[in-house]
Amino acid sequence: MALVSDGAFVADEWRRLADEESLPASGKVIVSQQRVAAALDDARLAAVGVYVANTTEPATLAPFFARLALIDIAFPAFTDGRGFSLARLLRRAGFAGELRASGRLTPDQYLHAIGSGFVSIEIPDELAQRHGEANWAKALRARSLSYQRGHAGGASILERRRKGVS
Amino acid sequence: MTAHDPTLPPRPNSAPIGYAYDEYDRAFVRERVAEFRGQVERRLAGALTEDEFRPFRLMNGLYLQLHAYMLRVAIPYGTLTSRQMRQLAHIADTWDKGYGHFTTRQNLQFNWPRLVDVPDILEALADVDMHAIQTSGNCIRNVTADHFAGVAADEIEDPRPTAEFLRQWSSAHAEFSFLPRKFKIAVTGAEHDRAAVKVHDIGLRVVKNAAGDIGYEVIVGGGLGRTPFIGKLLREFLPRAELLAYLEAILRVYNRFGRRDNKYKARIKILVHETGLDELRAQVEAEFAAMDRAPFAYDSEEFARVAAFFGTAPYDELPERSEAFEKAKADDAAFAAFAAVNVAPHRASGYAIVTVSLKPIGGIPGDATAAQMRALADAADAYGFGELRVSHEQNIILPHVRKDDLHALWRDLDAVGLATANAGLISDIISCPGLDYCALATARSIPIAQAISKRFADLERQRRIGQLGVKISGCINACGHHHVGAIGILGLEKKGVESYQVTLGGDPTLDASIGELIGPGVSAEEVPDVIENLVEFYLAERCEGERFIDTVRRLGHKRFKESARREGEDGSGI
Amino acid sequence: MAALRHPQIVIASDLAQGDVVVLGAAGWERDHLRAKIAYDGEAAAALKAAADAEVAANRVVDAYLVDVAIAADGAPTPLHFREQFRFAGPSVRPDLGKQAERREGDGR
Ligand code: HEM
Ligand code: SF4
Repeated sequence: MALVSDGAFVADEWRRLADEESLPASGKVIVSQQRVAAALDDARLAAVGVYVANTTEPATLAPFFARLALIDIAFPAFTDGRGFSLARLLRRAGFAGELRASGRLTPDQYLHAIGSGFVSIEIPDELAQRHGEANWAKALRARSLSYQRGHAGGASILERRRKGVS
Repeated sequence: MTAHDPTLPPRPNSAPIGYAYDEYDRAFVRERVAEFRGQVERRLAGALTEDEFRPFRLMNGLYLQLHAYMLRVAIPYGTLTSRQMRQLAHIADTWDKGYGHFTTRQNLQFNWPRLVDVPDILEALADVDMHAIQTSGNCIRNVTADHFAGVAADEIEDPRPTAEFLRQWSSAHAEFSFLPRKFKIAVTGAEHDRAAVKVHDIGLRVVKNAAGDIGYEVIVGGGLGRTPFIGKLLREFLPRAELLAYLEAILRVYNRFGRRDNKYKARIKILVHETGLDELRAQVEAEFAAMDRAPFAYDSEEFARVAAFFGTAPYDELPERSEAFEKAKADDAAFAAFAAVNVAPHRASGYAIVTVSLKPIGGIPGDATAAQMRALADAADAYGFGELRVSHEQNIILPHVRKDDLHALWRDLDAVGLATANAGLISDIISCPGLDYCALATARSIPIAQAISKRFADLERQRRIGQLGVKISGCINACGHHHVGAIGILGLEKKGVESYQVTLGGDPTLDASIGELIGPGVSAEEVPDVIENLVEFYLAERCEGERFIDTVRRLGHKRFKESARREGEDGSGI
Repeated sequence: MAALRHPQIVIASDLAQGDVVVLGAAGWERDHLRAKIAYDGEAAAALKAAADAEVAANRVVDAYLVDVAIAADGAPTPLHFREQFRFAGPSVRPDLGKQAERREGDGR
């Protein structure tokens, strides 16, 4: 797996645990939703994240927000945009940690991800190689303007227009 | 100071060309073109697979069809300047095969572009403030509006500022670009619905509440395709200031809960149907209530800025009656026929709305050559403030022509084969491209349109028949809106040959209804006979002042069905 | 050898140009008369495998096998009207597409 952050491939400090793997004695781990409470209570861990399906109800995660460092939303297909709405809802509900999209996303969706509140994107190595780091970097600058307000990322045209008037 | 400086008051003395891009709109479109150029390069170099590329090319209006790629250009709310029309002609000549196809969704399709040329075509479109953004794909499609917007006599408000406002909001929306399926929004500001708001994912009707405030009636979940639904009322009155927030709420509910397991069940109409209207409304209202409204706080100001571009034309003060027009009609019967059928009343005294039919008898519905596009641009400059409209009947509208100029305009149009006097008549057929171009088609549709048009070639007879909408689709996807044709025709494949189902009694307007099948499929050759039988039955049975659809409603399908199956003269069953 | 009910050829769209091509003995051809014809199941599978490799190599898209009839002069004609149109061009515009090129070309 490769991790994209700030338009570059970066080392992933997190370890994703399958449910049958036991919690390690240290480090940062991402666990399933059913284990998140237990992992958060494990004082040996440096940080805890959770991986969730894109159909998750945001309210089921809200109780953990303050202690959760990362939420990873799965994209079962790169064309399945539910994760973008879920990310928006998690941000609205107050989650301030790292939001990660994982799946076969392409650089062409980077701005959608950022705009919806994601910070990092985890993709299979083979995909990372084919699309190339340079294209992820470029994708981050593909559009400098957006027509919507209230999204992260590119400057809002509406705001610029308002400034232009005064 | 520029013409589109938002601080300027409405421009009563300039041409009502509609929304003019500012530097941000231009920069946005240019960036989008550059992004697509990069995507094409990556595709050709193999960095993007076809499965990955497809959604991105569709979001830029690029399909792969039977013979070639097809590029669908947006004509937002159907409004076009003469300069833009000339550029479309230039593109047709330079990169395509000298013509374009105007569609029922107020788009223009080029049928032969090469992938390698598409970025240059998009650049040429950007030169005249046009694009192909979101004319396809599972995103919010280009917003459509009443093609008589701004000039219709029955208008509460011009719907185009709303449509433009929505176009901007929906462009490259971070959250809503990977929806379960396409999402189409239509707006009407008039009593009489020419925008088919009840067969769109969201239909908006501009309405006034008791206090006299303007807002929207929100209709949701209409659509045609394989499971046609008439849209349902979601909100009776939505204040304008809440429009975008409310639409975000609807889209969010749809993006989260719309089905993704079956693409034929992925439209919002199915979500409405399966969830139930009341439950869906509760979900939307809950989302709306929970939303952070701050980002939408400036909507009203922005709306006012956009609306200012849609002032009225600098009309001359003219008497309602034009002596020149009356005399020309008296002297020239062909012109009089055109005036009776293709000319509609205008709000401004002494002006008229002219429909230029792209349905010459036996021609390809909606096709226009580059030369015809230029002639239309010239006509718009000479007689109509440089403005053109594309109607969802696949015709071109010149929205403000002095009655004094109608005869001269008609002669100019006639010179390029654009004076067919059949607007709204039986040969004014809406047809999708069907199997002559479309990769999804099960049968051809254009030749059927041509055959019907030839059968009823006599314009005098057409006028006697009166208003009658024939709509043809080449497959169940219903791009030709056959469900809502007074006569609808659906092309299918049956036992290895093309076969056609005929439906009756559809209506796209506010009295929306879906047509009913009149019997088993018939062959291509038989279609004109079936249509003729239906029409003859109507002529025999109609009461004074009844349109075809009225007679169908009064007598019921059954009687018509029987007439359609009447035996042919040679004794063969039809 | 598994017999085929009908001989088959492979048809696809050229990636860069978008026009219709058939798989011939020496690669993709614009003229369907140059298509390589499979008469049995193995040959058809080999044709399809070769075409899939070309799809993977990003030269063509949407490659698929088409049933054809072989005319007296050896010309393959698709059995289904859909592919017949793809080899001809729009039936309503005989001046466009392959049918027009063919007329201009070798007089066929
Ligand atoms: C030529 C290539 C075209 C393709 C591949 C295509 C594809 C489709 C598909 C798949 C649908 C059904 C979507 C669904 O129900 O989810 C559809 C619907 C529609 N198409 Fe097309 N179309 C094409 C051309 C056109 C043209 C030329 C027009 C206008 C004349 C058009 C107008 C429409 C309209 C109005 C609908 C809406 C029906 C509805 O509400 O479901 N399309 N199209
Ligand atoms: S109705 Fe079918 S044949 Fe016609 S354009 Fe739509 S998808 Fe193609």
